Order: sequence, then structure tokens, then C-alpha cells
Amino acid sequence: MDAQLAGGHAKNGATELMSSDNHQPFVTDSSKVGTDTREARLSGQDNRFNSRLREAFGSSPFILTKFDKFMNWVRGSSMFMLQFGIACCSIEMMHTYAVKHDLDRFGAGVPRASPRQADVIIIPGTIVSKFAPRMKRVYDQMPEPKFVIGMGSCTISGGPFQEGYNVVKGAEEVIPVDIHVPGCPPRPEALIYGVAKLQERIANGESSPVTVKPYELEEFGDLERDEIIDQLAEEIDVDDLVMRYNWGDSP
Amino acid sequence: MSVELPADAGAQTPEEIADLLGDLVIGREEHLNAPGFVIKPDTVVDALRRLRDQAGFDHLSCVTAEEYEDRYESIYHLTSYDDRTQEVSIIVPADKENPVSQSANEVFRTADWHEREAYDLIGIEYDDHPDLRRILLPETWQGHPLGQSYDQDQPQVVPLREHQNPLLEDQKADNDSETMYLNIGPHHPATHGVLHIKTVLDGEQVVDLEPDIGYLHRCEEQMCQNSTYRYQIMPYPDRWDYISAGLLNEWAYARTAEELADIEVPEYAQIIRTMGAELCRMAAHFLALGTFALDIYGDFTALFMYSIRDREKVQNILEDLTGQRLMFNYFRLGGVVWDLPEPREEFFEKTRDFLDELPTALEEYHDMMTSNEILQVRTVDTGVLPPEVAKSYGATGPVARGSGIDYDVRRDDPYGYYENLDWDVVTEDGCDNFSRLLVRMREVEESAKIVEQCIDLLEDWPEDERNIQSNVPRTIKPDDDTEIYKSVEGAKGELGIYIRSDGTEKPGRFKIRSPCFSNLQTLPEMSNGEYVPDAIASLGSLDIVLGEVDR
Repeated sequence: MDAQLAGGHAKNGATELMSSDNHQPFVTDSSKVGTDTREARLSGQDNRFNSRLREAFGSSPFILTKFDKFMNWVRGSSMFMLQFGIACCSIEMMHTYAVKHDLDRFGAGVPRASPRQADVIIIPGTIVSKFAPRMKRVYDQMPEPKFVIGMGSCTISGGPFQEGYNVVKGAEEVIPVDIHVPGCPPRPEALIYGVAKLQERIANGESSPVTVKPYELEEFGDLERDEIIDQLAEEIDVDDLVMRYNWGDSP
Repeated sequence: MSVELPADAGAQTPEEIADLLGDLVIGREEHLNAPGFVIKPDTVVDALRRLRDQAGFDHLSCVTAEEYEDRYESIYHLTSYDDRTQEVSIIVPADKENPVSQSANEVFRTADWHEREAYDLIGIEYDDHPDLRRILLPETWQGHPLGQSYDQDQPQVVPLREHQNPLLEDQKADNDSETMYLNIGPHHPATHGVLHIKTVLDGEQVVDLEPDIGYLHRCEEQMCQNSTYRYQIMPYPDRWDYISAGLLNEWAYARTAEELADIEVPEYAQIIRTMGAELCRMAAHFLALGTFALDIYGDFTALFMYSIRDREKVQNILEDLTGQRLMFNYFRLGGVVWDLPEPREEFFEKTRDFLDELPTALEEYHDMMTSNEILQVRTVDTGVLPPEVAKSYGATGPVARGSGIDYDVRRDDPYGYYENLDWDVVTEDGCDNFSRLLVRMREVEESAKIVEQCIDLLEDWPEDERNIQSNVPRTIKPDDDTEIYKSVEGAKGELGIYIRSDGTEKPGRFKIRSPCFSNLQTLPEMSNGEYVPDAIASLGSLDIVLGEVDR
């Protein structure tokens, strides 16, 4: 992303000055260039202070980019994940955060315990009727902009438990999902690929269309009255938040 | 409540049990694992108390409920902590129109949750039950899903309630002390999944605590009842206790179904199973250690990383063996699906390398955990669970062994290749969080001993006798109305399965006895009166996994 960003800048600015036969230590795709000023700036620096970004900037202290684009790049490069475990997939998710796979390498490895500090939620497991309202609440508590990775088959369709009487047929029945990672459970490598894809999407400013979900949290009094509502009228207050499941309509 | 010592702990023949129950018995049945006695629904307490006090049946392993065409039925699977091979089933039929049966809660505290589950899923009502509410499904659920007349397509409404302080009004009336109501979970890092704990605090201390489960109730029993014995059920056990304990769970199903359908397992396959299962146990215990440290120290500390590192090693070995990291699906009825990976020497070497490094790794754990003063202060003498309370709640596995109960299904009701190997059952007498931690750490060593012996055996096994599966028919149809309840030692304790066959290739009733379900029930006993962080430590020391609690 940084390469693209800086590449745009380089094209605007110093493209004419580039020459491909110039040998410099840090060649990247977007900046096979060397100018005197850049050379001067780079020489004398310890190598470890250099980065692709710095190198792409060269001597110029300015970046020309759209603010939105910059923000998207920042968002994608530093994602705070929600520490959120549901089922089997959360074990693989923990492995992804921990040694060996170390999701932190990709700027996405700081699980936050509070939804108010997180901007990405990984849904790692089967969602059942009792949990879906709670998950929706956790999702609602996250600040905008927020992104969702559905991990595993259960969040796609209910997975191996799809025919269960209590299982919500996929996370997308309740909240919007940006990236689906299939598998039962997906390997950590697959989850990392999913995270990388999400970063790519965020940097490009793409997001899932906001659609009305089949299951929403509503006040009990707002539900359309029918047989089951009448039965439950004594047990539930009119201003209780409820989620109504129409299992017959589920895929 | 106290459990008196049995008058005579010797083996009981079915006739002696019949004599003991006397005129309470109104019929006899024969289960494959145990004699069954039919009693009237209003004599449950009487019968169970006689069996517990006079015949030594002090372990209510499981309660299975089922709806038939003409009646409801609860089965109490009793056994003994001293002798696991002693088993008896008490069958309590209840009226089809008005299914009411007496609660066994007075004799065995563990019956509380088991009967709530039976009420929730089947619809049997239990008289004198202290708190007969739904346990797995939301309180507003309509119908009983494993009953016969349930319509799965009917809509349901589930509320999201802000919970009120249940004690506040009472307390205000009497004195000035104020209690505070605290919801822990269902989304909370310390609950090891999606568990909701309703906690009432007086200052920093817990005065009342109630686990609220069902946030991961994904209909495992229904799934198994809709699947065929031969191939379709086996993937599901992996997902009960998903902390890499897959092979242990698969074994629970394999053992039950093999005994039900009378299937032999070649000795070579039994050794592979034993080795795989113990590797799984190690992986599961590593995670238990890591998350326990996480609960105590509160962040992704070094110990968590160490335990994940060791788990990765075990998972690599298991992946070589089974082809999967987590959901192995490796057992088949009558054996295992394939032989050891080729070249075998490489596999043995890799496993041996892991075992060679293990003592050093465990030393590290001991340095950082058990000899760490902070952890000791937090765990020694907190979350005390006396053995008689543990027994009454049906606690098994490391939780029971941490309370000094010498009970391990691997040794007491042997299966696989365990009885031919040299290993010990680990117990600790401390009854506290620290003891349970120690038990798990020492069990890792015992598992390593078992794996080492298995590798030696597998290496020298004659080339032409490497038979991984016996000849099993493609379709398995056990005789109609055969019932069996069998258990194995899972990572968390006694994992039992009850199957009633109905003459088809799918089980008529498939009931899972989850060790975590019973172990979690002891949490209020351990936590009441303790500080909040100690309650969290106790929860960590129980090492529950919600997939298995809720099923």
C-alpha cells in the first residue's frame, strides 16, 4: 500500500528525472529511481533507518495524496482486533495471534478486550440463538468504521451444524461480514490471508454494502403480533430488546 | 450434604442390587453396560439413596432423558468412584400426558443441571427440583427440541435482557449492606468462550454466583441422531472438546459404538489410538496451563506463548499422523483411518525429539508458574473443593484428582492399550486451584511416558501385522432397542456416551455426558465467599470448554 501511495506521488513529481540505469541500494518497483537529492539524503544513513516508505519519499518532505486514501491506508495498516472467542475456530485464532504465526507481523496483532477499542471483529465460531443478540450488541458497541471477518464454515452457513434447531445459519444473518474465511477450522495461514485481504480492501476503500439483516434487535412491542408473540406477551416486557428468528425462512 | 461411606464396597451382583431396591423395582431391563431397574417416578430419591449409601454407587455419571411413543423416560447412570466397572441404570418412566418425575437433586447435587437439561430438551418435569428452568436454550424458547412433536421451523423470540440485581431488594429491607450485580460474559476473555456468569458481589467478595450456559448449544446430540454410525458421526466428537482433544472425544464415540455393534479393534490400531489420544491430552493440558496463566497474570504473557509453542509442536506431530491440525476425524469404527506416516522413522524421530525437549519445557513452566510467588498467592487455598462435594457434583478428571479422588477411567475401566503400559494416575490432596494446576502439569509427564512406550511398541511391531482396521460392514445396524452407556477419560474428565439403537443405521437417542458440564457445576461451591479474581482463577482451574459444556 505504501508503495502505491508513494508511487502516485512519484509519478506526479519526479518521474521525468528517473533513469533506470541508476544503481542504488534500495530498489522498489515504484521507485527505480535515483536523484541527487535522494542519494544525498540516503547516504550516510544507517541502513536500518530506511524503509520503503522513506525511500519512496526521497528528499521531499511532502506527500501528495487524498486524505481519504491516506486514512484508508492508515486504517488497513494498523488494525485493532477484538479479543472475541466463540468456538473451535477461536483456538486457531489464538494460534494465529501467538508464536509461529504471529499476526502482529501484519499490523493486526493487538487483540483488544473491549469492543470500544477495536475496529475489526473476527467471528470465530458457531452462532446460536442465545448468542446472536449478544454478538449483535458487541458489534454495535464497536466504533465506526468497523470491519468483520467471518472465520470458518459456521459463520458462512452454519457449517456442520446447519441443520441444528438452535443454530443461526451464518454470521451474515445478524451482522455484515466483509471477509469470509472458509474451513472447519481454517488454518492460521488461511486466517492471515483473510486478514491481508481485508487490509487490501480497506486500503482500497472498499467495504461490504450495508444491507438489512434478516435478524435484527428490536423492541418486543414493535414486533408484528402473531401467535408466538401473544404467547410470550406475559414473559417479555414491551421494551425488552428481542431477536426474532424465522427458522422456516432460513436457507 | 455429606456422603456416607458405603456399608460394603464390594462388587454387587444384579441380584443383590435387586434385593437392595426390594419392592421399588417394577421391572428389569438389560443395558449392554449395566443391569437396568425400572422404578416408579415418585421413588427416585429413595432408590438412589439406597444405592448410594448401601451399595457404594456414589457417582451419578449422567442422566439421559428420552421421549417414546407411549412414555417419557429418565435414566440415571450410576457408578462408583472406587470401582468404575460397577454400573447400574435406574430407569424412571413418566406419564406421556403429564411427564412428572421426582428430582434426584436431594441425593446427588449434579442432578440439578442434568435434570434441567432434560426438562429443557425433552420436556420432563421434575418434582421438588429447586430451580427447574431452561438451561441450554433461551428462557423464552417454545417447545422441547428433542421431543417428538417439536417443529423445528417455528419462529422463536429471544430477548436480550439487562439483568437486575436479584439480591438488592432483600438486602435493603434488612440492613444497610449493599450488593452489586455483575455480569461476567458472555463475551469476556476470562470465561474461556461464551459463558455468562451472573455474579452478586458484596464489596469485593462473591456472595452468589451462577453460571449461565447455552451460548454455544449447537445441537450436537441432534446432529449425531441424524447421522449414520459408520462414517457420519465421527467428525462431530472433534468439535465437542475442541482444545485439540479431538482424538479423545472420537474415542468416546468409537468405544461406545464398537461395543454396541460388537466390533473388534486390532491391537496395532489400539496402540496408535493410545498414542494419538495422549498427544491430544498433552495439547489440551498445555492450553489449560497457558490460559490459566492468562487468567492469573492478565495478559498475553510469556507463559501463554510457551504453551502455544509446545502446542504447535504437538499439533505438527498430530498433523503428520492424521492430516489435520485440530479436527482430526482420524478414528474409524474398528480402528483408525490410516497407518503412521511414511517414512516412519522420521515420524518417530520427530515425536522423540518433542519428548526429549519436554522435561526442559516443563521445568520452564515450573519455574514460571508453580514456583512463582504471585501465582502461589493467587492459587494456594483458593477455590477449595472438598472431595465429598466434588463427588456429589459428579466432578471427574483433573478437577476430581486435584481434590484427592483417585479416579481415572483409563485405569478403572480400561480400554485401548492403557492396561499394558506403565503409567500412574496423578492425584493431589490440596483441593485448591494450585492442586488442579499441578495435576495437569504432572499428567503431561504421564502422557509423555505413555507416548514413549507406544512409540517403542509401534517401532518394533512386526511388518505383516500392521493391521489398522478390522473388517467392518459398510452399514451398521445394531439390534433394535439396544442401550449402552460407555465412557472414556477425556482431557477434562469422564466423557460418556449413551446410545439407544432403534434398528436403523442412525441412533435413536444419542446422549453426551460432558465432563465440563458437571465440573462447571462446582464453580459456585468454589467461589462463594472468595474475591472476584479468585473466582476467575477457579474458573480457569476448572478448564472448561464451552463446546463441551453446551454441546
